[in-house]
Amino acid sequence: MRSIILQTATRYLLPILLLFSFFLLLRGHYYPGGGFVGGLVASIAFVLHSFANGTEATMKILKRKPLSLIPIGLGISATSVVLPTFFGLPPMTGLWWEEKIPVIGMIGSALFFDLGVYLVVVGVVLTILFTISLTKD
Amino acid sequence: MELLLVAVLGLLYAAGVYLILRRSMVKLLLGIMLLGNGTNILIFLLGSITKGKPPVIDADHNVFQDIYADPIPQALILTAIVISFALTAFAIVLLKRVYALVNSDDLDDLNTPEEEDI
Amino acid sequence: MLFTILLGLFSAILLIPFGSRLKSKWSILLPLIPTGIFAYYLGFIPKIASGASFVQHIEWVPTLGVNFDFRLDGLSMLFMLLITGIGTGIFFYARTYLKGHPYFDRFFGYLFLFMTAMMGLVLSDNMLLLFIFWELTSISSFFLIGFNNDNKDSRKSAMTAMTITGMGGFFLLAGLVLLGNVAGTYQISELIEYKDRIINSDFYPLILLFIFLGAFTKSAQFPFHFWLPGAMKAPTPVSAYLHSATMVKAGIYLLARFFPALGGTDLWSYPLMIVGGFTMLYAAIHSLFRIDLKSILAYTTISALGILVFLLGVGSREAIIAAAVFILVHALYKATLFLVTGIIDHETGTRDITKLAGLRKVLMPVAIAGILAALSSAGLPGTFGFIGKDLIYEATLHSKENLMLILTILAVITNTCLVAAGFMAGWKPFAGELPREYSQLHLPYKSMWIPPLILGTLGLLFGLFPSFIGKWMSLATANSIFGAETDLKLAIWHGSFNTVLILSLVTLGLGILLYIFNKPSEKKVSFLEKFQSISSQSILTRYSNDIIRFSTWYTGKFHNGYLRSYHLKIILFAEGLLIYKLWMSGPIQIDFDNLTPLTIYEVAVVVILLGALLIVVSTPSRLTAVVSMSVIGYCICLMYVFYSAPDLAMTQFTIDTLSTVLFVLVLYKLPGFLNLASAKQQYRDIVVALGFGAILSIIALKVLYEPIQTQTSDFYGENAYILAKGKNVVNLILADFRGIDTMFETVVLGIAALGVYSLLKLRLKSSEKE
Repeated sequence: MRSIILQTATRYLLPILLLFSFFLLLRGHYYPGGGFVGGLVASIAFVLHSFANGTEATMKILKRKPLSLIPIGLGISATSVVLPTFFGLPPMTGLWWEEKIPVIGMIGSALFFDLGVYLVVVGVVLTILFTISLTKD
Repeated sequence: MELLLVAVLGLLYAAGVYLILRRSMVKLLLGIMLLGNGTNILIFLLGSITKGKPPVIDADHNVFQDIYADPIPQALILTAIVISFALTAFAIVLLKRVYALVNSDDLDDLNTPEEEDI
Repeated sequence: MLFTILLGLFSAILLIPFGSRLKSKWSILLPLIPTGIFAYYLGFIPKIASGASFVQHIEWVPTLGVNFDFRLDGLSMLFMLLITGIGTGIFFYARTYLKGHPYFDRFFGYLFLFMTAMMGLVLSDNMLLLFIFWELTSISSFFLIGFNNDNKDSRKSAMTAMTITGMGGFFLLAGLVLLGNVAGTYQISELIEYKDRIINSDFYPLILLFIFLGAFTKSAQFPFHFWLPGAMKAPTPVSAYLHSATMVKAGIYLLARFFPALGGTDLWSYPLMIVGGFTMLYAAIHSLFRIDLKSILAYTTISALGILVFLLGVGSREAIIAAAVFILVHALYKATLFLVTGIIDHETGTRDITKLAGLRKVLMPVAIAGILAALSSAGLPGTFGFIGKDLIYEATLHSKENLMLILTILAVITNTCLVAAGFMAGWKPFAGELPREYSQLHLPYKSMWIPPLILGTLGLLFGLFPSFIGKWMSLATANSIFGAETDLKLAIWHGSFNTVLILSLVTLGLGILLYIFNKPSEKKVSFLEKFQSISSQSILTRYSNDIIRFSTWYTGKFHNGYLRSYHLKIILFAEGLLIYKLWMSGPIQIDFDNLTPLTIYEVAVVVILLGALLIVVSTPSRLTAVVSMSVIGYCICLMYVFYSAPDLAMTQFTIDTLSTVLFVLVLYKLPGFLNLASAKQQYRDIVVALGFGAILSIIALKVLYEPIQTQTSDFYGENAYILAKGKNVVNLILADFRGIDTMFETVVLGIAALGVYSLLKLRLKSSEKE
């Protein structure tokens, strides 16, 4: 199922969709969006790319196995859970950067938590789908 | 109108139940997914239902100025949707493996193993 | 104390990997473990005798009141020494008895497990801990009775024993939990402080009933006695150890242990006296009709257990003293007799006493042991049995006025029969002319005949020096059963010809006469078998057969292995319950004013959704079904959009897309659906399914009419910005308020992904492919 149109389109769609997914992730605190949706959109971007160019090509772009994203994501989430305890606060307390950053707004540990969720979701979805499509029987 | 949601819920459940009473494994899986969707709507109905009032605070204010949709059922359902995807993925791969092994989609073929399989 | 229990347990576990190496010369290590534990506990004697007790407390589940509480006092001391002391003898004996047996290591594994359980049982000071060890003894006994598992009778006996003792275990658990709730503590040593509360509680009769049932089943009291003769299918060392000396006394131990806290009332006394009294008489008479040595011993054991229950029921100071001494007396002579029987069986190949005679000429040391035990069981002056019998008469004579005569007569008859039975088992095989076929017998290896000889000799020594054992052991035992000072003093001669002595001598004389005139024969055994159909065993067997028939029918009907049939039953049951509940809860009400306005978009979406649902249910094509599923998903997504849930809509949309991709990837190659169900089945399922959907809809309608609790939602709404500095409340709940939950949800996702990964990467073995 190779289509030149789809291939060309995904070349541009992949970065745009990834950017969009990141946008969803960052604004999740204020508007609809967040780690889950962001991660799902990002995985859809990769899945679309793999439809157009084959899973092997997508794996090449990813450079690493999607499975490895899961521990990274879990690690980031867990860090943001545990981090406040180093400041003498209960776990999961939101830590916030004092100054506002343009576009994104305020940065806090909740954002890192969402980033972790985002990575786990991408890892999980891509692991499942790519393992299935790469398994030949 | 909520009555529509109620009707949709009942029909999703009915279709789900009908499908899990079939012999095919794929239908079983589809039935479970439908039951999951029905349950999501049931949970959704447990909260206060509003239209056009998402549980998001205005950019200009720090607290809600108006009524808003109940956020708790939404948070619960969001989790449920994502988990049900994981469940579906696992079940479907299991199904693939079973199919590779017994070459059948019929649940009944799973309980009557041939003698040399025992 | 804990370490001795763990030692036994680890020995049992270590036998799994190292058992096969222990079959040869290293097997000498096995008996050393009980020997060591025995020696360790011997060291406690001086302190226990002076009235001290030792406790050890280790927390396990403190919130439920389950702790590793161990307590060593006079009563548990006696049992510990019996368990490890007789255990030592049994281990030496069994090592020779089972030499070369293919499952030698397995046997010792079970034996260690049993010893551990038994030690734990008598040391526990926590009721629930006691129950756990109690069940462990039943389980290990099950394995040991069924040790010859290629023998059908053996398996059946094991099942019977397990059923009876297991059933008793259930009752015991119920009793203990009730008792713990009434008293407010699960610590046995604390119970006595709450005695008034327990005795006056409404549950007191129930507690007693349950605990009695537990004790009666374990200690083989009528009508649950029949498992014990059956249990004699076990190898003889097991019979000697479990079914005479230790395990069957667990019920006695239980009664003795709870006597201070529960005893002393009429509700306690009469049931125990009646059941114990009947059992001791019934079993003693029964034993005279038997010709199989082990069977005689089994019935005399039941009778002796009956005596103990009876004494605990009488519950006077004298009765408790008698019980404390008789436990030891009986354990010593009965274990000896069993071991002697084992040697006879091992050497001659028969246990039929009509065929055995004159064995003293070839098995002299064994004969000495057997005869010593027989004399002790007969209560000849100078043996420990004499003292035991004296104390029993002392107890019956000092019971209440109106009961004295009948109890004493009961005891005399029982003891007379037991004297005769004791002689049949311990004397008859060795007396008279040696049949020619046995003239070539050899004495077995010494580790087989030394243990019974030691035990038999101890019976004599304790009888000759009763004040010694009384001071160091029995006094402490009696005190801890009675819960107060008993002033027990044992003496060989009380200095006068009193009623007790006369009764003892009368018993002995009558018993010897009975022995001489009662000729055991096949006829008597077959005479008894006529009554088999009214025995409690066959009645229970009939019931259990009915239960088996019922469960076969039930299993065939309800557990047929078809998933859809399970689903159907569960759903029908749920429908029944829900319909009942909805019927009771009144009519459906709808508040039309509060509903949101109807729009044309919604109707359109619902119509599409309905169409897709119909297609999913009815299509023969897999791909169509999957595509329709995604249509349903998108419709639901639109519903979320209408009802102000943008986050849900986005998630549903993306997940639905990915699910469809997933289905297509996997199902692309599978063939279409087959229509496997008949039209009738389909109609039935449609009705069931629509019914279920309707019920759920009605529930949803009822929910809509109920006022909504909004405190929690308001909390999140009001504090979203203040506490979490965000404005999208749904995302805040996920990423901040309930972040730990989300964290674990991602862990679940990860596990699912790993599961999928490993399922697919797992290669089929070539054998599985075919």
